[in-house]
Amino acid sequence: MTAMLTVSGVKTFYGSIEALKGVDLIVEEGEIVTLIGANGAGKSTLLMTVCGSPQARYGRITFEGRDITRVPTFEIVRRGIAQSPEGRRIFGRMTVLENLQMGAVTARAATFDRDLERVFTLFPRLKERLSQRAGTMSGGEQQMLAIGRALMSQPRLLLLDEPSLGLAPLVVKQIFEVIREINREQGMTVFLVEQNAYHALKLAHRAYVLVTGRITMSGTGAELLANPEVRTAYLEGGH
Amino acid sequence: MTETVMVDSARAVDWWAVVKEAAITAAIGLALTVIMVGLRTVESGGGLIIETHLTEVAWFVVLVFVGRAGMALLRQGVAVPVLVVSLAVAVGCWFVHFPSSVLQLLAFTAGAVLAIRALVLARIHRSPLSAQERDQRMDRLGARFQDAARYLGPALLAFAAVLPLLPFADRYIIDIGTLALTYVMLGWGLNIVVGLAGLLDLGYVAFYAVGAYSYALLGSYFGWSFWVCLPLAGIMASCFGLLLGFPVLRLRGDYFAIVTLGFGEMIRIILLNWYNFTGGPNGLTGIPRPSFFGIAVFERSPPDGVLAFNDLFGIPFSTLQRVDFLYYLILVLALIVNFFTLRIRRLPLGRAWEALREDDIACTALGINRTNIKLAAFAIAAMFGGFAGSFFATRQGFISPESFSFMESAVILAIVVLGGMGSQLGVVIAAVLWVGLTEFFRDLAQYRMLAFGLGMVLIMVWRPRGLLAHRDPTLLLHPRLTARQRQREAENRA
Ligand SMILES: Nc1ncnc2c1ncn2[C@@H]1O[C@H](COP(=O)(O)OP(=O)(O)O)[C@@H](O)[C@H]1O
Ligand SMILES: [Mg+2]
Repeated sequence: MTAMLTVSGVKTFYGSIEALKGVDLIVEEGEIVTLIGANGAGKSTLLMTVCGSPQARYGRITFEGRDITRVPTFEIVRRGIAQSPEGRRIFGRMTVLENLQMGAVTARAATFDRDLERVFTLFPRLKERLSQRAGTMSGGEQQMLAIGRALMSQPRLLLLDEPSLGLAPLVVKQIFEVIREINREQGMTVFLVEQNAYHALKLAHRAYVLVTGRITMSGTGAELLANPEVRTAYLEGGH
Repeated sequence: MTETVMVDSARAVDWWAVVKEAAITAAIGLALTVIMVGLRTVESGGGLIIETHLTEVAWFVVLVFVGRAGMALLRQGVAVPVLVVSLAVAVGCWFVHFPSSVLQLLAFTAGAVLAIRALVLARIHRSPLSAQERDQRMDRLGARFQDAARYLGPALLAFAAVLPLLPFADRYIIDIGTLALTYVMLGWGLNIVVGLAGLLDLGYVAFYAVGAYSYALLGSYFGWSFWVCLPLAGIMASCFGLLLGFPVLRLRGDYFAIVTLGFGEMIRIILLNWYNFTGGPNGLTGIPRPSFFGIAVFERSPPDGVLAFNDLFGIPFSTLQRVDFLYYLILVLALIVNFFTLRIRRLPLGRAWEALREDDIACTALGINRTNIKLAAFAIAAMFGGFAGSFFATRQGFISPESFSFMESAVILAIVVLGGMGSQLGVVIAAVLWVGLTEFFRDLAQYRMLAFGLGMVLIMVWRPRGLLAHRDPTLLLHPRLTARQRQREAENRA
């Protein structure tokens, strides 16, 4: 059996700056895998490289056995990878419903209502705010919308870039709870990029640590949570 | 405005700092102008002599000193005195004899700009509201407008439909109405690119020109009727849109704007220089006038075998019939653009345009092919520009490159931006204001543009997102609330 997502020897450049210096990782179907790392380590770059923007200069990325290294971004989404990008990037002047519709542009129209219902089950709050302008919602609600929007494209792999960014601890807990639910109830495979190492490691089945463009450690979430190096680098000083 | 001003009326003004700042700026102004303006070489009887223009330099330095002092005072929170003085300068400069008209213009501009800034400052002083509260108040005003729009739109449409039948509608009024509707159509067309898709197109007039020349050439060389050429001209313009858009739409916003600007000029210069084909600067004359849907013509004594419009309906001949027909023609063409835009906003393509305007990175992440979506907007807008161009050609009967200068692009863009990007009614209001005011101020000649610029600055200060920038959702599950109620609700929740 092949992994759902494999990244092997991937190097990504911004001009002449090497942001990823040969990254290898795999995500198996049905897993939650997290990638933790400090600010500027290259987490977002890795996520975006999987989506093909920017494309990897060296190395290979496969999704469900097919090479997607040189596939354009809009095509990658059609093949079943959705992402909630860093900073949420919801459409602020459009309503919640319109945002969700934008998420469904690549999906089949016939299942729209069912997908919408499913998002509402996960985030009942969004249903209440349906015709509100998305930009006027709170940060937590906007994050829910970003995840909901990604789910509307009926993905088989969900990429999340720092969903906890800038949110109050209570809201972070809520969001992570929903991520667990998406994984358990819907069998969704999740690749989660986080700076908030404690919550991410507790949630994840497996985890990788990224330091300046290289994977330095990997293991189960519990292993890394117990690892002294990880503790000093990412967990000390509160979470 | 940009600087945050400490509002502290009790604080004494630091006059020394003001004078110092103004003096330094004036000194720089002196250094720059004394050579470039103060000394001029003039040919005189076989040799060059140097003329001095020191009075002009002196005027200039004084103006710079006063202007800079005004700015410094504004920064210190002195609003009312600056307002009075700058207004006095802006008005007074028209009654004083300046050594050169450039100086007069400079004095006026400086006075006007300072006056506006002082006015804004004074408002901030007086009103105890925070910036956010003021924004909210503006939004509420926009929402009220939006509600009014539900009635205003149909009312305006009804008025436009019966205008030629009204007793006061003479030829002059209908001509102005036709011109205004042409701008409305162009504004609505450009609105697809600028307002919906968020692409700054500075060369829209190029497609207008392509449409006009397509019709003029097809019509006069092959003798094809307007009704055959109209779609062809639209397709032609659309092809030019694709041709330009394909390489250019990959560029980022600012580069895109510059390239479209260049493209607009390129088309004009080609038209100007391709003498054999386009007639160069002389343009094309004798462009066929439109027929009544190919059935009848608007002529008193048509050639044999051709029906005259008045005979068709058994009414007496009048030259107004063609004018009225052209008026209704552009009204229908414009309404087609409007109808198209309203429909497409509710479809995935239109919604993707709006999403693209808001955040193109998010759009990529959602699997939208940005290039294709932008290309569609560009080509469709170009097609409507082409339609408007053919109409222009058939109405005028004469076209030349002069009609398609960058100024036209700028005016159309201003109509879209000032109207409130993406707002259909805003475009109508801005277009009618523009045509109306230019007619009204015809005597002011070149100063019209100055007044236009002033109006633009005012709107940008008071309503930076345009006159009617309140966006209505395209899709609602709940019963129709009015825009105002929705705005209220959003405020309560936020
Ligand atoms: N668009 C870009 N252009 C140039 N350099 C970039 C760009 N985006 C990120 N980088 C650089 O790449 C490195 C990794 O950034 P990023 O992937 O955003 O890190 P993280 O998400 O882990 O905080 C950083 O050094 C950053 O400065
Ligand atoms: Mg990041």
